[in-house]
Amino acid sequence: MTGADRRAAAAARHRLLPEGRVAGPMPWVIAIMMFLTVLAAAAGLGLGTAVQSVGAELAGRVTVQIVEANADRREDYSGRAVRLLRKSPDVRTLHPVDPAVLADQIRPWLGEEAVSGDLPIPALIDVELTPGSTQAKVARLRAILATLSPSIRIEPHAAFLQPLGQLLAALGGLAAGIVLLMAVATAAIVVLAARAAHDSHRGTIDVLHLMGATDVQIARLFQRRIGLDALFGGLLGFTVALLVILLLGARLTATGSDLVGAIRLSWIGWLVLAALPLGGVLLATLAARWTVLRSLGRLL
Amino acid sequence: MSAIVQFENVGLRYGLDSETLSDVSFSLHGGGFYFLTGASGAGKTSLLKLLYLAQRPSRGVIRLFGEDVVTLPRNRLPGFRRRIGVVFQDFRLVPHLSAYDNIALPLRVAGMVEAETHASVSEMLNWVGLGDRADARPATLSGGEQQRVAIARAVIARPEILVADEPTGNVDADMARRLLTLFEALNRLGTTIVVATHDLPLIGQVEGAQMMRLDKGRLSDPTGSLRYPPRAQAAVAP
Repeated sequence: MTGADRRAAAAARHRLLPEGRVAGPMPWVIAIMMFLTVLAAAAGLGLGTAVQSVGAELAGRVTVQIVEANADRREDYSGRAVRLLRKSPDVRTLHPVDPAVLADQIRPWLGEEAVSGDLPIPALIDVELTPGSTQAKVARLRAILATLSPSIRIEPHAAFLQPLGQLLAALGGLAAGIVLLMAVATAAIVVLAARAAHDSHRGTIDVLHLMGATDVQIARLFQRRIGLDALFGGLLGFTVALLVILLLGARLTATGSDLVGAIRLSWIGWLVLAALPLGGVLLATLAARWTVLRSLGRLL
Repeated sequence: MSAIVQFENVGLRYGLDSETLSDVSFSLHGGGFYFLTGASGAGKTSLLKLLYLAQRPSRGVIRLFGEDVVTLPRNRLPGFRRRIGVVFQDFRLVPHLSAYDNIALPLRVAGMVEAETHASVSEMLNWVGLGDRADARPATLSGGEQQRVAIARAVIARPEILVADEPTGNVDADMARRLLTLFEALNRLGTTIVVATHDLPLIGQVEGAQMMRLDKGRLSDPTGSLRYPPRAQAAVAP
């Protein structure tokens, strides 16, 4: 069979069902479902990235607090603590927090007194640990710093970031659940549309059947048409969702927050999103095929 | 000639009603021309449905082309259906397809290449006198034209059996005679023809045709000629 012959045969097959959408609003419903699915998936993937990012923070960061009322002693302890920590094999990097920066950060709560010098503010050292078990390293550092002064404390970031990480993980799980529910709902819509299409073309199907058309031949007509509807709806929903994601991404970046900024999509995430319309078409095609074959199976 | 259709004690019941067909037994031989007569409601259409595999019987045995089709798995039925052409009483043309595409349906179902399909359909359209109506939709065709499209569709794939349900019911006497001529031409090419009709004068116009009569779902065949037909036999008088 030549290419032209195949095209002519395909065009003739496609004419067997009336031109136009088989189930009226189905492409638009699929567009809405795809829009919501892509948004939910983007949220899930973005939160997943944030959870990983926060997880890394939890695993490897601590803050050393030198709580000493005497400013000279506090400065002395701080310098010696930095030297001790630099020697430790458990420390990857460290960063003494500038007292002026710290004062700026607490000024909104404590007012100008925060920078007057009358109010003792602890000296802080941000420490990034080497990869590995944090708990043992923190215990070793605590023992080292205790030799300087009992007023030196170590606060692992896990202590206050863990609930946030758990919240982000829960939201990510919720988004994944929504994506699954959307897939089920889309399949259900396709099943209903395929049944309706099957019923409305019953006369044509009966004629084809009596001429010796196989169930698969007839099912192909419906799965192609419903697949095209799903492709149209899927691409429309995906495009609109993409625009919304880009807009929201710009807004998130504009907040300047490290935490909010951690919600971002990796290139794998973008690939997953791009695969959703194709997955939708595949799902719709399979659901249509299954529905029509089941309906035909009830005939002789 | 060998029997290509055999019914043995076939019964058909719809739901819990009494049997529409009871103890129907007959044989049709390849290349024969058969009329099926009977009053309205006698069971002619039901018998034809069994013949073109639109229905399974409630009991009995039906053999087509030597195989028992009652117990045949569903997936093997399309192969048998492609060997049978059907002219439905209500034509059953696909309304959104042109006359050309309606006639081409059996060839496309069978997977014939489009170039061959085009040649066959064009020839068939001319044969039934609708060469200039190829693009017309059924709704724009007259009753007689629709019937000719239905007949062309039924015979285009050169079926071994042609089943026609009241093909002359909606046409005038002249058109009825022309349709019979078409059937006779097909019959001469070797197709077994089965025509359900209550138009008794029509039956006498086909030389060599045999007749079955259905009466309240039972087949009357007093001579036994249908069960054991002779090689050549003139039409049986009603």
